[in-house]
Amino acid sequence: MNEWFDIAILALDATMRVSAPLILAALAGLFSERAGVVDISLEGKMLAGGFAAAAAASVTGSAWLGLGAAILVSLALALLHGFACITHRGNQVVSGVAINILAAGLTMIMGLHWFNQGGQTPRLDNEARFLSLDLPGAQAVADVPYIGKIYEELISGHNILVYVAFLAVPFTYWVIYKTRFGLRLRAVGENPNAVDTAGISVTKMRYLAVLCCGVLCGIAGAYISTAHNAQFVRDMTAGQGFIALAALIFGKWRPVPVMFACLLFGFLDALAVRLQGVKIAGIGEIPVQFIEALPYLLTVILLAGFIGRAVAPKASGVPYVKER
Amino acid sequence: MSQQGHEIPFWMDAILLPFLNIVTAFAATAGIFLLIGVDPVEATQILIYGAFGYEEGIGFTLYYTTNFIFTGLAVAVAFHAGLFNIGGEGQAYIGGLGAGLVCLLLAQWLPGLLVIPIAIVASAVFGAAWAYIPAYLQAYRGSHIVITTIMFNFLASSLMVYMMVNVLNEPGQMSPQSAEFSEAVWLPFMHEALAWFGITVEASPLNLSIFLALLAAVFVWVFIWHTRWGYQLRTTGSNASAAIYAGIKPARVIVLSMCISGALAGMVGVNEILGVNHRLLLDFNLGYGFAGIAVALMGRNHPVGIILASLLFGVLYQGGAELAFEMSNITRDIVVVMQGLVILFSGALEFMYRPWLMKLYQSVSGVNRRELEA
Amino acid sequence: MQSGMAIELTDVSKRFGAVRANDKVSLSIEAGTIHGIVGENGAGKSTLMSILYGFYQYDSGKVEVFGEPHYFNNSREALAAGIGMVHQHFMLVDPFTVLENVTLGNEGGKLLKAGREQARTELKRLAKEYGLSVDLDARVSTLSVGLQQRVEILKALYRGAKILILDEPTGVLTPQETTELFRIFQALKDQGVTIILITHKLQEIMAITDNVSVMRAGKMVAHRHTADTSKEDIAELMVGRKVLLQVDKETATVGEPLVQVKNLSVRDNLGVERVKKISFNIRAGEVVGIAGVSGNGQSELLEALSGICKVSEGSIDINGTLVTKQQPVSPSKMRRIGLAHVPEDRHKMGMVNSFAAYESAALGYHNDKEYNGRFIMSRSKVRDYCRKLMDAFDVRPRDPDLKSANFSGGNQQKLILAREMERDPDILLVGQPTRGVDIGAIEFIHKRIIEMRDAGKAVLLVSVELEEIISVSDRILVMCDGFITGEVAASEADERTLGLMMTNTDLAEATE
Repeated sequence: MNEWFDIAILALDATMRVSAPLILAALAGLFSERAGVVDISLEGKMLAGGFAAAAAASVTGSAWLGLGAAILVSLALALLHGFACITHRGNQVVSGVAINILAAGLTMIMGLHWFNQGGQTPRLDNEARFLSLDLPGAQAVADVPYIGKIYEELISGHNILVYVAFLAVPFTYWVIYKTRFGLRLRAVGENPNAVDTAGISVTKMRYLAVLCCGVLCGIAGAYISTAHNAQFVRDMTAGQGFIALAALIFGKWRPVPVMFACLLFGFLDALAVRLQGVKIAGIGEIPVQFIEALPYLLTVILLAGFIGRAVAPKASGVPYVKER
Repeated sequence: MSQQGHEIPFWMDAILLPFLNIVTAFAATAGIFLLIGVDPVEATQILIYGAFGYEEGIGFTLYYTTNFIFTGLAVAVAFHAGLFNIGGEGQAYIGGLGAGLVCLLLAQWLPGLLVIPIAIVASAVFGAAWAYIPAYLQAYRGSHIVITTIMFNFLASSLMVYMMVNVLNEPGQMSPQSAEFSEAVWLPFMHEALAWFGITVEASPLNLSIFLALLAAVFVWVFIWHTRWGYQLRTTGSNASAAIYAGIKPARVIVLSMCISGALAGMVGVNEILGVNHRLLLDFNLGYGFAGIAVALMGRNHPVGIILASLLFGVLYQGGAELAFEMSNITRDIVVVMQGLVILFSGALEFMYRPWLMKLYQSVSGVNRRELEA
Repeated sequence: MQSGMAIELTDVSKRFGAVRANDKVSLSIEAGTIHGIVGENGAGKSTLMSILYGFYQYDSGKVEVFGEPHYFNNSREALAAGIGMVHQHFMLVDPFTVLENVTLGNEGGKLLKAGREQARTELKRLAKEYGLSVDLDARVSTLSVGLQQRVEILKALYRGAKILILDEPTGVLTPQETTELFRIFQALKDQGVTIILITHKLQEIMAITDNVSVMRAGKMVAHRHTADTSKEDIAELMVGRKVLLQVDKETATVGEPLVQVKNLSVRDNLGVERVKKISFNIRAGEVVGIAGVSGNGQSELLEALSGICKVSEGSIDINGTLVTKQQPVSPSKMRRIGLAHVPEDRHKMGMVNSFAAYESAALGYHNDKEYNGRFIMSRSKVRDYCRKLMDAFDVRPRDPDLKSANFSGGNQQKLILAREMERDPDILLVGQPTRGVDIGAIEFIHKRIIEMRDAGKAVLLVSVELEEIISVSDRILVMCDGFITGEVAASEADERTLGLMMTNTDLAEATE
């Protein structure tokens, strides 16, 4: 019994770490899409943010400055998306794709230019990374059966950005449903005409939403390159931005279900790592490539099994034009 | 009841506006060159030389153009049906797998003249099959096709690695690749074909598949605008409710158009596998799928525009390779950045200059209008 | 009681590109009155009101509200000056409650909790004062259209409007709900609120307004005291010539039933039953009119009859072909067996805005042998046919290559009618044929429908305009909540009886 418990704790622990960037990115998408701006470029913002964080941390030696850089870069890309979609009413999906491709290329180019390591950033020392924190009293309760273990392994011992990610969920819930800003944001995504005639600027609300998205994506990117890993490498995000998008749809654009969707993906990913080398009767060893493909496969299955009744915010994807 | 279509003349919409967008993309690239300490003028010279300056370079340019025509047409067909096919990367990859499998399996049984057409069909079918599932899920389940096609790109990658490493691998090679096909099933290179007519040109990867690409462009033009299926496709893409009213079944159209789209992307395999590499290998599809998006947008989703845009991108790719070769601080990623900029300015910011053009046009021709209305 | 001018417009002009939407418009509206503004589609009334409300900004002229000159940059500024607007298409956020909708923009603080109580008290007071009671915590999407309109009015009053502009408010209401609305107007007027009513319904102008102003082609052409004028007078001012408000027609010669509906039920795509076991016939040579406010099952009925929607129970016999749940018939097959359909919403279904006119003219008939070889579709043949249609129905401009969206509403509708009628169908379904169409084209369209009926076709006319139904139909069926609640011969019908049937009220029980 104890052994199963330990395995469960370890699995959940890994799940939390893998889900953290997904949660941040999915919440980022939530802000944007609830306001009616579809955002395919979570991936690109994360990638660019991750690069900025690793680059800045490498040069300054401070993980926090890296985080700041990540947020700034992600905001810049978010503003670009906003400029194209809100001000110029461009096709939101096309804009997202453009930003993803731009991020992929620019990170490599600037990486080569600044660090001359083929596009990577140098490996970071521990001082320049976000490391795991021990919450107060973790060591003291470590021996208490079950609960102590849960506190010591599962809850304590993560790096600060993981805590930020999980705290972002109730914070997002509070902003969206309990503040004036959140009410107006939701209104803009459902019926921008109603907002306009109430004397609120649709443009301003959407830009604010897009900026919120940028901040969260920046944090997600910084997590990947300076917390979870110790440098930036090519195409580091590996599709996590899109998986976050799938989680957002699966969670019906609501903060808590979205978190659970991200945890599900994280759990399956952590599980997949454990499946490496495992043999299945009659088939033999599970191929490495299958395990690598699992998250993408599961995204498709979840989107397919989901009987399209996901009701997106009504004005999602539609540029706001004053009717004549 | 917008009067948008009327306010600036057709030529401004169709030619001047796209031209301005592309110029902006290039200007932004020049900016990036400056940022990394490269002289944009020098870079442009190297780029153009690489693309046109010598026979081998021209060959390379046209070889790239072939791929872009295929993927550009693929994206355009889907766009006309109202869909965004981002899965060109994966469809091209799997299309190549189809062509390669046919060659590996049938080359010993059938003459080359039979195998090659079968391989061409296989690349189209395999590409279509890879697009089929996302299409079906969008049509009948409402699953967002953008996400599913991107996922299928990743899946194609994993599948190909598995196939190359575990199934088809020819031992003794540095990177995973299959055995070489027998020469009977090689699609002739252009320099070989021209030699039949007594014309000598430098060797390059350019091969006869470029004619297939041009044929595909003609097919797409006829299909989209001169057949009833094309009408159904365009109606579904513009107004799904009107399509239903007209007795068209949007779900079927979605699947059909994505399959055609996938088939077109899959034919990159004809160029890469049958025409150039003559074996199956990894990453031969790299970037062509995404470039197809830029090409389609630049070419306004019309075959003529796509051929021209493909040529431009062929120049960029080959020129970019030359640049990366000549300058140590540039890699081929600069072409990726250009792609992104083109998609940004020709796609998302498509109409950015329109208000200024409108003002310009009205102030120039405004005199006439006022006379009319007085 | 306020006296003096609530609003004074002097030579207000507004252009959209080359189009002069408002051309030197002058208007005076007395405080505490109900003032009507009429005009055809595109006459400029909505633009003018949007300028008053701050949605658009005028190019030149002067706007004075209660004597003060103003230039509204946005609706906030207009509200501050006391002008509130109730739009034709409601500006409500469906998933929000009434309270959330009314307070949107005036939440009373960064955190929602803070302003809620105060808002409730104020709203209760307003509701009492003007008789506008509504459940503050109900989700707007669950409210009836009449109640949603009340929320819109409440919203404007809550924001301090002393001048209320209403744009086509009765289009979605039953006659009884309209009477209720007019009672609210009276209550508002008694409290000194000024009401501006934009409408094309002349009978309402005559019924409720004190003064009326007529607009035509962007210009203000007349002002009248309502008591001193008549419907005919106003109609003539709207169009610039004498207008036939009644359709000339002879009595119908009726033949065999070509459409037989038996116990038909239709569910919408959310599974809700919208048509509930109805039965009726349409015979050759007659026009059957379906009256009723939008949303009572007429749209679903039309869709089922044309094959767009599936039958859930019962059957339809169309020209000899039986349509049931087990044997569905597609829209293309419907066309082949002699049915033509002019949809209610031409922009949504009837044509493709981005297509050239000749391509829209092929919609539904794009597979026909006349245009198609084995593989190739002959665009020149399609173009020629479009020209034929345009000639037959006087569609202007006569340009098959012009984008469908660039035709006026009336010409778009004429093209669609031409497309469907020139096929010589046995059965014609027509939904809202004159929505968004100017008076001149309305006459033309009504005449053509009567012509089809005289040629022995079976015609089904669905319309929310009671006048249209009464004047064009031979027989009228009223739909309410998915049922047929009454049938009456057109010659014996009047708005009151129909209105009662539209609310499913027994004539004998009705109180007046």
